[in-house]
Amino acid sequence: MFRNHVLICGGTGCTSGDSPKIRELFEKKIKEAGLENDVKVIMTGCFGLCACGPVVVVYPEGSFYSQIKPENVDEIVNEHIIKGRIVSHLLYKDPEIKAQETVTSLNETNFYKKQSRVVLRNCGVIDPENIDEYIAYDGYQALYKVLTEYDPQQVIDIIKQSGLRGRGGAGFPTGLKWQFAKNAVGDIKYVCCNADEGDPGAFMDRSVLEGDPHTVIEAMAIAAYAIGSKQGYVYVRAEYPIAVNRLSIAINQAKEYGLLGNNIFGTDFSFDLEIRLGSGAFVCGEETALMTSIEGNRGEPRPRPPFPANKGLFGKPTILNNVETYANIPQIILKGPEWFASIGTEKSKGTKVFALGGKITNTGLVEIPMGTTLRTIVEEIGGGIPGGKKFKAAQTGGPSGGCIPAEHLDIPIDYENLIAIGSMMGSGGLIVMDEDNCMVDIAKFFLEFTQDESCGKCTPCRIGTKRLLEYLEKIIEGRATLKDIDDMEKLCYYIKDNALCGLGQTAPNPVLSTLRYFRDEYIAHVTQKKCPAGVCKSLLTYKITDACKGCTLCARQCPVGAISGKVKEKHVIDTDKCTKCGVCMSVCKFKAVIKE
Amino acid sequence: MKTIEEINAIKAKMQAQLNMRSSIDNAGDTRIVVGMATCGIAAGARPVLNAFVEEITKRNLKNVKVTQSGCLGMCKLEPMVEVYVPGKEKVTYVKVTADSARRIVAEHIVNGNPVLDFVIGNE
Repeated sequence: MFRNHVLICGGTGCTSGDSPKIRELFEKKIKEAGLENDVKVIMTGCFGLCACGPVVVVYPEGSFYSQIKPENVDEIVNEHIIKGRIVSHLLYKDPEIKAQETVTSLNETNFYKKQSRVVLRNCGVIDPENIDEYIAYDGYQALYKVLTEYDPQQVIDIIKQSGLRGRGGAGFPTGLKWQFAKNAVGDIKYVCCNADEGDPGAFMDRSVLEGDPHTVIEAMAIAAYAIGSKQGYVYVRAEYPIAVNRLSIAINQAKEYGLLGNNIFGTDFSFDLEIRLGSGAFVCGEETALMTSIEGNRGEPRPRPPFPANKGLFGKPTILNNVETYANIPQIILKGPEWFASIGTEKSKGTKVFALGGKITNTGLVEIPMGTTLRTIVEEIGGGIPGGKKFKAAQTGGPSGGCIPAEHLDIPIDYENLIAIGSMMGSGGLIVMDEDNCMVDIAKFFLEFTQDESCGKCTPCRIGTKRLLEYLEKIIEGRATLKDIDDMEKLCYYIKDNALCGLGQTAPNPVLSTLRYFRDEYIAHVTQKKCPAGVCKSLLTYKITDACKGCTLCARQCPVGAISGKVKEKHVIDTDKCTKCGVCMSVCKFKAVIKE
Repeated sequence: MKTIEEINAIKAKMQAQLNMRSSIDNAGDTRIVVGMATCGIAAGARPVLNAFVEEITKRNLKNVKVTQSGCLGMCKLEPMVEVYVPGKEKVTYVKVTADSARRIVAEHIVNGNPVLDFVIGNE
């Protein structure tokens, strides 16, 4: 029996912060102390508070240690594990709570308090590589219930009643999707899982697969039973090695226990699951392209209809749901559709996971009930913007989404509201921007991405995104006219109306939404040749003001020798030579260097 | 292939082990605090702590938490154990052994009668 459990975050963020080494050291030190039978060391999935990683939690006290380095392990083992003295200087400190009241339990922190964890319930709680721990938290009970108590139509009715909608972005009702596939004629049907999370800055699905892979397996088996399928595929990107590894382990464990394979729980139902690796093409997150890729062909979309529910993978009826959508299913079966429908807003039920990033204190993974305001996410859960800067906008939906400006901070987040203000739910990336971000530059960043990721099959997307990017470059470099802005806007609508798949149809969104809310910034770039946020290099000039004391520091640091001046005299920047690297500004002790 | 009975057996077994991780923020928990400073460890607190953990797992007691603390200041009375039952005054046991730990669980935690033989003042 163990008296302490040491949980170490094994999510990708903490792993890159050396958490595997920390785990090794804990195991070594605990063995040295002769406590290997008293203390259990477990590697879990993401805790969510990635900004404070690597995270270590020691139970039963629930002490939440943050930013742990390998050299801290000795102290935690010697003090906490051996002597029972919590190492308070290593505990996470909530900025909102007074310094002396260090938080010992993560549930007390502002970051966790406002969250509601349905999808992430097991992340950071269980060992994802141990099926028994998943079983301890009701794992595979939903599958048993479905197989023994419900017929397939009843399962679909439950999902319909719950109001669950696809978490991949578009928000199509999941129950309806299953119904179409069930009604489709055919002996062979497939169940697929989209784990090809490609939005820059998004890591929700990765964290679910890393932290709780069995929940996806269980949900896919339930879906297979509902539509009459025997075979499933998880399409996951090869860039997610930890997720792929844990999912493979989980599939093998499920097979060993007979929870995948023939005659599950002694019933007539059989289901097998395989992993297919994607090579990181963004377009393969689009459903038809994803299926083409699983078939072994180059990942390109095809026109719809026919929809996958009728003619999907290998031409057979197929359902494709996203990881987060699946992760809700076992809970809905166990707790009932009414429970799920009681969370959220009228048309968007349940919770949504967001990957919080950008200019925000608590970078990490958060799960909130639908209908929570953006203000709650940014200011309370996210801990606000570092350095006392002002909130400018939040970008949701990745390259397909748009910006939400400060005036809409109080809108309750759900599918319809986000569409209405020109953004979209997307898969859940949420990037916060402050006054130092140039909105034209942001639009260009996303256009560079979509232009690069366009598969090239259809002309509006292949050529349209390239032309769109050229307009943006023109604006950023100060070569554009006001007519260019209007032409660019027209091109956006043309691409939206004519592109073949979701990638192209949504690619202009970042431009359209920034134009809608920040048109003045575009105009400033064009007419005044100025970048109001001071980001676009071509429109900037560095100057030295009278505050210069002539310390010569900037002149010595300038990599191109563009600064001249005598000791104790005001220095001057030669704008022809200046490469606008900003070194002079960052080294000046008198704030004498400014950019305009 | 596992039957649902086997799955439920695994669930029951694992739940007892994982109980420790779910009860952290429950104010209604009973807490058993074992002094685990150098003095306590030297006097044999470690087998006492393990005896508590084992006994509680064996009896599948929910909402009981075994934690450690540092030196309580009366090193000569170690191993010392304090039991906090919500709504009751805390009880301090001294010179606890693995056997007396098991009695404390049975009589105090389960039946609500502090074991007066081991409480401070009776040593």
